[in-house]
Amino acid sequence: NRNGPKPKPHTQILVCSFNLSLSINGPIYNTVFLFQKWVKFKRDFDNFKTQCIPWEMKIKEVESHFGSSVASYFIFLRWMYGVNLVLFGLIFGLVIIPEILMGIPYGSIPRKTVPRAEQATAMDFSVLWDFEGYIKYSALFYGYYNNQRTIGWLKYRLPMAYFMVGVSVFGYSLMVVIRSMAKNANENTGDGDDNNFTFSWKMFTSWDYLIGNPETADNKFASIATSFKESIVDEQESNKDENIHLRRFLRVLANVLIICCLCGSGYLIYFVVKRSQTFSKMQNIGWYERNEVEIVMSLLGIFCPPLFETIAALEEYHPRIGLKWQLGRIFALFLGNLYTFLLALMDDVNEKLTEEVVIKNFTHWTLLSYYNSSAMNDSAVTPPPIDPADVPRVPCWETTVGIEFVRLTVSDILVTYVIILVGDFIRACFVRFVNYCWCWDLEAGFPSYAEFDISGNVLGLIFNQGMIWMGSFYAPGLVGINVLRLLTSMYFQCWAVMSSNVPHERVFKASKSNNFYMGLLLLILFLSLLPVAYTIMSLPPSFDCGPFSGKKRMYDVIQETIKQDFPLFIAKIFSYVANPGLIIPAVLLMILYLFILNAADKATCSAALIQKITSANSGW
Amino acid sequence: CKLGQSVFLCCLYTFPSLSRLFYRYRDLAPQLVPLSYIDKPDVKLPYELIGSMAELKDNPFRQRIAEVFSEDGEGNMTLDDFLDMFSVLSEMAPRDLKAYYAFKIYDFNNDDYICKSDLEKTVNKLTRNELTLEEVCLVCDKVIDEADQDNDGRLSVEDFQHMIARAPDFLSTFHIRI
Repeated sequence: NRNGPKPKPHTQILVCSFNLSLSINGPIYNTVFLFQKWVKFKRDFDNFKTQCIPWEMKIKEVESHFGSSVASYFIFLRWMYGVNLVLFGLIFGLVIIPEILMGIPYGSIPRKTVPRAEQATAMDFSVLWDFEGYIKYSALFYGYYNNQRTIGWLKYRLPMAYFMVGVSVFGYSLMVVIRSMAKNANENTGDGDDNNFTFSWKMFTSWDYLIGNPETADNKFASIATSFKESIVDEQESNKDENIHLRRFLRVLANVLIICCLCGSGYLIYFVVKRSQTFSKMQNIGWYERNEVEIVMSLLGIFCPPLFETIAALEEYHPRIGLKWQLGRIFALFLGNLYTFLLALMDDVNEKLTEEVVIKNFTHWTLLSYYNSSAMNDSAVTPPPIDPADVPRVPCWETTVGIEFVRLTVSDILVTYVIILVGDFIRACFVRFVNYCWCWDLEAGFPSYAEFDISGNVLGLIFNQGMIWMGSFYAPGLVGINVLRLLTSMYFQCWAVMSSNVPHERVFKASKSNNFYMGLLLLILFLSLLPVAYTIMSLPPSFDCGPFSGKKRMYDVIQETIKQDFPLFIAKIFSYVANPGLIIPAVLLMILYLFILNAADKATCSAALIQKITSANSGW
Repeated sequence: CKLGQSVFLCCLYTFPSLSRLFYRYRDLAPQLVPLSYIDKPDVKLPYELIGSMAELKDNPFRQRIAEVFSEDGEGNMTLDDFLDMFSVLSEMAPRDLKAYYAFKIYDFNNDDYICKSDLEKTVNKLTRNELTLEEVCLVCDKVIDEADQDNDGRLSVEDFQHMIARAPDFLSTFHIRI
């Protein structure tokens, strides 16, 4: 039996050091002392950095009670909040603030003024709630901005800034999503699920001896119990017996049923949109006919996900994989909804464009006749300019699009909060208090307490972000609304989860790589870039509102800036670079480079794997 | 060698830290602990006082920790035992030393092996009896499965040290700051 080292009695050394401390000035004492101080400093700095991360304690508390899957939703929410905060800073600082500070004030030109016809109702709450009235003619929407090339004493190029900020919103988001995916991919190869000592390490290294607070200890006990349960579930899943054929048949059946549901919902939306187009041509339509599309879309969004979940019970996947399938299906459903909404919007925009041409001619004719009539009256003085509120106005399609997106976002926020309040909180109150006087046990049977719906919430967040990306070019204020929404969501949902939800029956570990969520987000980013890019490239801007009014296409602002603000040779360089003959080879080269990187990565992975296997065999 | 190791351990704490530890020990029972240790008094503080320290009172293993480091094995600690305990649990103690003492802490029946009953007690202390009997059994079987290398159904010191050698969190969790 090996006797371990036992530290010698310290008392003797303590007495000695009392006497010797004054004379010992040696290097050992100083080095150890300095080293201790350095360690303490590093520890304090790390603590400080961790404290700077917002909501860390809240998320840890949720994690210890509900497991890492639920906590991963809140971590994702916090990350989104960070990204939106940066986007908000960009838009607010580079577009809204310069316009407010240095642009010409409200009421001076037609686009910045509420028209005479609407002025009576412009301050009504119901009008403001629909984002008409004074809100429509403010810096929150595209139509407010003037197309002056430079504004203020700084000669700030506002149209150029507007365009570049719009582009960089997408660029920054793309960069941040891809960087996050790359980081998660690294982490995944780092630790690996083929851990040899999962249970042993959980048993001997999970209790944190530093805990000195009863509440933290409670949290820790809960989280350790949850963590053990997660690992047990993982272990049992990998041991389950399989009847492969029956399982495959059931899975195919489930997928067929769900595809039928998706097709059915797609057709329903198409049918309802067509009907709404015929309604809009009729007069005297009721409230239901006006809002039919939104109602149908909301109902589909509420009832289809639980339907999918019920069908998915046939499939008997591991909860983590089942969650991914559920997410994919709800994604397909929401995508159908969103693109139908966009198609309806595009129809509206095209209509407005044709209307615009008519009104443009009308406006010119009106102004001309106004000045001519005053000239005919033989007045020597030039007539006063028309009050901006009286000038005939175009239906500014960009602002309309912006308003639609803002309305959609706000109604989405309200629906989400109401569903949480009713579906979780009121339900929990009902189950808790009515249980005393009810025939069956409400807590054990129907309806019981709600479980936190991870897939619904994650997809809601991702689609909300997609709408923000789509709408922010036409409504710069939308990102501000979203930042507020995410902030309140964090507190509200944390409270709702802790007060009204119960942990899932089967607790499972979130897959270490959050790449599935990030992949969805990347797809949505791409899909929301498409409509914006299409409208920028192919639709002419309104002639009377926004920073690009008067141009043939919105991107003409770049050419204008290059021609006027940069020396001549740079314009030449750009015209050469923009040549397709140069761009296509460059794109091909980048694709080839991607292939090479991919092949190299696969090679290093297999080399690392071989090394791992040989070292495991040699038994270090 | 042993002398070298204890000199090294002494250097883990600077003089200010050692005296601070002494005053913490004394504060638990000022009437029992004299200010001067020159006469080497034989003073033992009972386990109840040790277990009520702020750093230990929430730790589910505090009783085992006190028992392992105390001379009499009952949890009643002299100043030496007290200083040993905190120097092993400090940041600066080497990994092997910590692993050795961790093994002794988790060996509830003191038979120099961590057997299934020790593992069951550990799990129940860690989860405050929240897991069902089957779950506890499954966990213990899995641990023995993973770490037992000589196939005797229980973990020896070598098994334990081998398993804990690559554990990423061991050094950061087996640590008390005082």
